[in-house]
Amino acid sequence: MTVTLANISAEEEACIAKSPLSIRGLTVTYGEKPAVFSVDMTVQPGQMTAIIGPNGAGKSTMLKAALGIVPPVSGRVQVFGRPLEEQRARIAYVPQRASVDWDFPTRVIDVVLMGLYRELGLLGRIGRSHRAKAMDCLERVGMGDFAERQIGQLSGGQQQRVFLARALAQGADLYLLDEPFAGVDAATEKAIISVLKSLREAGKTVVVVHHDLATVVEYFDNVFLINTRRVAEGTVAEAFTEATLQAAYGGRLATTQIDKLARV
Amino acid sequence: MLLDALLLQLGYNATLVAIGAALLGTAAGITGTFLFLRKRALVSDAVSHATLPGVCIAFLVMVFLGGDGRNLAGLLLGSAVTAGIGLLCMNWLTRNTRLAEDAAIGAVLSVFFGLGIVLLTVIQTLGVGRQAGLEGFLLGSTAGMLYSDALVIAGGGAAALVMILLTRRPMTLVAFDPEYATARGLPVERIDMLMMGLVMAVTVVGLKIVGLILIVALLIIPAVTARFWTERSEHVVLLAGLFGGLSAYVGAALSASAPNLPTGPIIVLVSFAFFALSLFLAPNRGVLAAVLRHLKFQRRVHLRQGLLALAQGHAIYESLTLRLLRRAGLVRADGVATERGRARASKALRDERRWEVVRSDMAHEAAAALYDGLRDIETVLTQDQIQEIDRQIGGPHEVLS
Repeated sequence: MTVTLANISAEEEACIAKSPLSIRGLTVTYGEKPAVFSVDMTVQPGQMTAIIGPNGAGKSTMLKAALGIVPPVSGRVQVFGRPLEEQRARIAYVPQRASVDWDFPTRVIDVVLMGLYRELGLLGRIGRSHRAKAMDCLERVGMGDFAERQIGQLSGGQQQRVFLARALAQGADLYLLDEPFAGVDAATEKAIISVLKSLREAGKTVVVVHHDLATVVEYFDNVFLINTRRVAEGTVAEAFTEATLQAAYGGRLATTQIDKLARV
Repeated sequence: MLLDALLLQLGYNATLVAIGAALLGTAAGITGTFLFLRKRALVSDAVSHATLPGVCIAFLVMVFLGGDGRNLAGLLLGSAVTAGIGLLCMNWLTRNTRLAEDAAIGAVLSVFFGLGIVLLTVIQTLGVGRQAGLEGFLLGSTAGMLYSDALVIAGGGAAALVMILLTRRPMTLVAFDPEYATARGLPVERIDMLMMGLVMAVTVVGLKIVGLILIVALLIIPAVTARFWTERSEHVVLLAGLFGGLSAYVGAALSASAPNLPTGPIIVLVSFAFFALSLFLAPNRGVLAAVLRHLKFQRRVHLRQGLLALAQGHAIYESLTLRLLRRAGLVRADGVATERGRARASKALRDERRWEVVRSDMAHEAAAALYDGLRDIETVLTQDQIQEIDRQIGGPHEVLS
């Protein structure tokens, strides 16, 4: 890994300093099998980036390792040019919705209030302004009417939007979402993408682990293709091509399918 | 006799035990809730069994230092040390080997408890100090409880409660969504260790009253009991404290009201009684409520299906459906719809169309989420909204009802 680190040029260093999220030489293994191997990534500020790749390619793992949720074997992660630990307050993470128990005794509004954790501190009382802020975030994802419901009563798409509302409540600069469109209804997908686009308009950076190749061109500015190793990175026009898809997915996609996708 | 006990009229020792037990029960109920929410309830069982070798070693150390080995604070300190070691072993096994947590719990629990029993037997054969009563830590023994013992229990319980008050927010966040908590920079591992440390403190403090084998019941039963009554974690915490304190108090009073009733086991049985009552009687989550809800739901389904069949002129084959329709005066004995039945049927059919509109329109999402095929549309939409929908559907605006 030192090889990679030593090779970072002054030019690249400047690029890293500007990037909301830069990853260098990230390797994560489960046992001895690498899930992500020596990956570099430089997220462009104020844009929407999709992380795509086949199942088991390490998309989610890379994101989790970048956030310290999964311990990496090696690698350096910088957020807005500073070490991750100093910049946690500027990151909002939206985990996969299947990662929690939805029978947990809590209401929708309480989940969103978790986003205000830093503001509330250990003993701060939840005041009217906190509640108003949480409600505002729920309205933004179209869930204002659900505030008092127990989270177990929500549909999958609604759960996903509650998670997004919790992230919005943080008021972060960098949004990292893990498969937010997986298994959600069309209405939810529309609601989420419009919120993400409004974040981009406000100058925020959005990174999404994405599985649906058909919507990449429509939704995103940049793509990052991964299959354990980095396959391609760049604007959709540069990096989302027949050749890169072939390289990332190999035989998993029919040639005709790739043709159609890359040409959209 | 029981009333006297409940009113603390049974003498000094009984009063001391009842108050100490109530404090312990409250602390255990509240602490245990976080364990329950984090889904690590059984870890506490291993921790409590790992206290036994510590009690024995502390006894031996105190005897060899020239005491009689019965100082409660000393014994509890020893128990805390081995419980802590057991906890670390479990964490290490889970994190650094391929063993799952349940296997780690089993291994630590049995090995530490086995070692404790060996030491206990050795102490009994050694015949040093005043070892009588050491085995009381297995199931608790309150007979000779001293004022200072009660103070240790009250102090330990209160300290645990203060820590929980301070850390309830991060502990709840970690219990609900540990990945998100990590991403926010919360020290998840340290919070988990703190939670287990608090559980350990409650366990150690509770050794004298309920004993190490049954303390797990006092940590877990109040939390699962409380869960039946509320959907909010902070209320689960408070209710669990209440149930825990109440069961311990009533249990201690019961055991004082008759000779030879062991305090710890009686407390556990009382808390089980609260659990059983909640299991059956709680609204929403209780068994009885679920059965009634299902029966009511079934009747509504049949009635609705019957009405839709009437409206479309289909035959009704199910006898339950016919019986329900007849009982509601919607069909005559020969199966032909009454005047009222026809009106209700055409309204049911129209409501189906209205629901279709509601469910296809994002603006009505909250209302559509309540759709179960049965609910009257008037309960979720205003008259104006319904008229608007009727305009979209077209057709007759007057609907008989």
